[in-house]
Amino acid sequence: MTSLLPIDTLLTAACTWLAIGLLGLVAPRNTRFISKTLFPLGALVGVLVGLVALGSLGGPAQTAVLVIGLPDLPFHMRLDNLSAVFALLLGFVSAGISIFAAGYFRKGEGTAPGVLCLEYHVFLASMLLVLLADDAYAFMVAWETMALSSFFLVTTDHRHEEIRRAGFLYLLIAHIGAIAILLSFAVMTGGAGDYSFAGMRSQGLSPFWASAAYLLALAGFGAKAGLVPLHVWLPEAHPAAPSPVSAMMSGVMLKTAIYGLLRVSFDLLHETIWWWGVVALAVGLVTALFGVLYSTVQNDMKRLLAYSSIENIGLIAVGIGLTQIFHAYRMEALAALAMTAVLYHCLAHAGFKSLLFLCTGSVLHATRERSLGKLGGLIHRMPWVAWLALAGVIASAGLPPLSGFVSEWLLLQSFLFSPGLPHPWLNMVVPVAAALVALVAALAGFAMVKFYGIIFLGQMREPGLKDAKDAGPWEKSGLVWLALITLLLGILPSTVISRIDAATRQLLGTGLADKLEQQGWWMLAPISPERASYEPVIFLVTIAVALLLGRWLVRHLYHGRVRRTTAWDCGYYFQGPRAQDTAEGFSQPIRRIFGPMFRMQRHLPTARDTAPYYTVKVEDHFWYWLYLPLAKLVGRVSTLVTILQGGRIAVYLMYSFVTLLVLLLVARP
Amino acid sequence: MNVAIPFSAQLINLFASVILLLGFAMLAQRRVLQLINLFALQGLTLCLSTVVAAVTTGQSHLYWSAALTLVLKAILLPWILHRLVRRLQVKGEVESLINIPTTMLVGIGLVIIAFNVALPISQLSHTITRGTLGIALATVMLAFLMMITRQKAITQVVGFLAMENGLFLAATSATYGMPMVVELGIALDVLVGVIILGVFFFQIRDQFDSLDIRHMERLKDS
Repeated sequence: MTSLLPIDTLLTAACTWLAIGLLGLVAPRNTRFISKTLFPLGALVGVLVGLVALGSLGGPAQTAVLVIGLPDLPFHMRLDNLSAVFALLLGFVSAGISIFAAGYFRKGEGTAPGVLCLEYHVFLASMLLVLLADDAYAFMVAWETMALSSFFLVTTDHRHEEIRRAGFLYLLIAHIGAIAILLSFAVMTGGAGDYSFAGMRSQGLSPFWASAAYLLALAGFGAKAGLVPLHVWLPEAHPAAPSPVSAMMSGVMLKTAIYGLLRVSFDLLHETIWWWGVVALAVGLVTALFGVLYSTVQNDMKRLLAYSSIENIGLIAVGIGLTQIFHAYRMEALAALAMTAVLYHCLAHAGFKSLLFLCTGSVLHATRERSLGKLGGLIHRMPWVAWLALAGVIASAGLPPLSGFVSEWLLLQSFLFSPGLPHPWLNMVVPVAAALVALVAALAGFAMVKFYGIIFLGQMREPGLKDAKDAGPWEKSGLVWLALITLLLGILPSTVISRIDAATRQLLGTGLADKLEQQGWWMLAPISPERASYEPVIFLVTIAVALLLGRWLVRHLYHGRVRRTTAWDCGYYFQGPRAQDTAEGFSQPIRRIFGPMFRMQRHLPTARDTAPYYTVKVEDHFWYWLYLPLAKLVGRVSTLVTILQGGRIAVYLMYSFVTLLVLLLVARP
Repeated sequence: MNVAIPFSAQLINLFASVILLLGFAMLAQRRVLQLINLFALQGLTLCLSTVVAAVTTGQSHLYWSAALTLVLKAILLPWILHRLVRRLQVKGEVESLINIPTTMLVGIGLVIIAFNVALPISQLSHTITRGTLGIALATVMLAFLMMITRQKAITQVVGFLAMENGLFLAATSATYGMPMVVELGIALDVLVGVIILGVFFFQIRDQFDSLDIRHMERLKDS
């Protein structure tokens, strides 16, 4: 008996997910069976996928040829280190989300639970197949299946007009992206007709065509990942989808796009040109800054997180750009550092962003409210969700000792070496980009303070919040799982990096692992310990000791009397819930400082108003500068086309007749 | 050119020109019943020309084609159309979108184009009937013109069938007919097509109280 290779196990896992999905159709209305049996089973498969991918890291690439596909065009599958890193992410994160979903989906919300179960597991399986695909055909089939299944998941609650609109927008941009990806693959085959990735690797395109392929891939995968200006679907689709779906899309699906971009730019294209990195860096910076600024001014909790996802994707793109610049100048050690930052941020973001999205789901179920202005003080009623959300918030703000800090620190570390670039402009301009990245990180902290403070801290803004209940056991376990991932990624960076280093080594030929092994597991010093190092465990212990000591001192040395009072009343005698800082008020300084970046419609009350009110509406400039003019143009062209449709049969016949005559006269032998 | 044309080829050319003449007659005919009669006559002529071709070349499957044409186009379809007209009580005149003389002039132009286009093709062909290819193409075009200019749905069906006559003539003249299977298939298609269109006529009349296709302009997307 031959032993079961990891790739076979992963393909079996994909089939199992599909089977679980189909089982959901057996009893589509039996919520109990579906949520308490099928979703946990899916989570189990997820853990298996994660473990197998973890085990296969560092091993040789494995290939498989499936019997399905077109005649003479079977699906080629390949598991290498890059796929394994992302499969690891998919498996472990989806396990947490599936467990949460077991407690989340309830009766009577839009699509029947069985159909939802099918769509969800098809979505999971297609993402795994995207990661394993080894030819353009299999990749596109899996990619489109992923887009379609997620579209149906987004429109779960399709009775609402705006959800249908969000779904349509998502589908539209997903298809524009898919066309760009398809064209990119077509360019990479170089007209040889060999659509397997192995064939593309051996093409050796000229710089012009390689650049064309790269730019098309950047546009195509950027549309899926949410790079500006193709980001508009993200803040619409994420709030529209049920929370586990938003978590899955933001945490995992965006990363498949990053995977595709890495695969094309470092694996399929044989060389890197330095200005590709500049393009990715610039697009990434704009995306990150745009995303974080808009996330600070949102008043809907899921929209806030969606914009924050755009920001994180921007940071990842910045890292990819930096890697390409270093790689093009053969500074492989620094390229490896930037690449590690990219991969680490993918893992970290997948963990903490899905955790946060799931927390909003719990809040939504407990309060039926998603507008920040109507929440507040929920830490008293939902302590589990609040404390677990704190882990996600700290990671997302990029604070030690959790996962977000490690990746952002690595990214900034690699920026610090960019003055050494042998290019007169780059070594001056790129450090400026580092300053912008630092600004983005600071603003991300602001957005997270707003998110957490307004939802969980302070006083309850609505009386109805008093009845809010904490999450159920399934939801709690899912949240705990993801919080654990976030924590582990935060305190064991050296261990994690030495595992995922295989992918960096595969793409760049060199990695960080050798350096890290000399230093021990508690310490992270990517270049040298003298220059910069980070010891998360020591940091964690110091913080914990300081906190406990402080608490002990206050309790025992101070008078020890505890007086409970309204939260954050700032010493005023009377501070009711209505007088607290609102979500709008909290972000007002940002709206002021970065005024030109927003398109605002405000109504301010005057002293003479009998019924004073205040509204502010922040919209995206890109809608008015890019999308609406485009839509108008399309509308005009289609009006021109409808002139052809006069409704008279005689005229229609005339069209064919004239065409026939012209063809007869023109196409003469 | 002083090339002697054999008697049979002359006969076929004669029949072909009769078919073209009947095409013009149909284009000019205002009455529906007369139009159907002309169509039946065209089918009969087509049948005769095929028989002549069959006798001359000794190709046995052309007899079958001729028989099929006779049964279908000269007898069965005209009979169905007659019944339809009577049942639907289509009255008298058929209005045309463009007046008849103009239509005839356009038709003459089309015949010139058809001959011009068919000339190089017929030089490639080695059949004795090759001279009729231009005529066949002209018949197709005239029938198409009739479909465009007429307003009653039933005349459009007649135009469609006449077009099929032209195609059949083209097939016989260029290559002594299509394979039997194809011919049978086409014949069946035409028969079924007419029956389905007959059903549609009743539906259209119920909907609009008329068979005038101008009423269907309302059906488009606004």
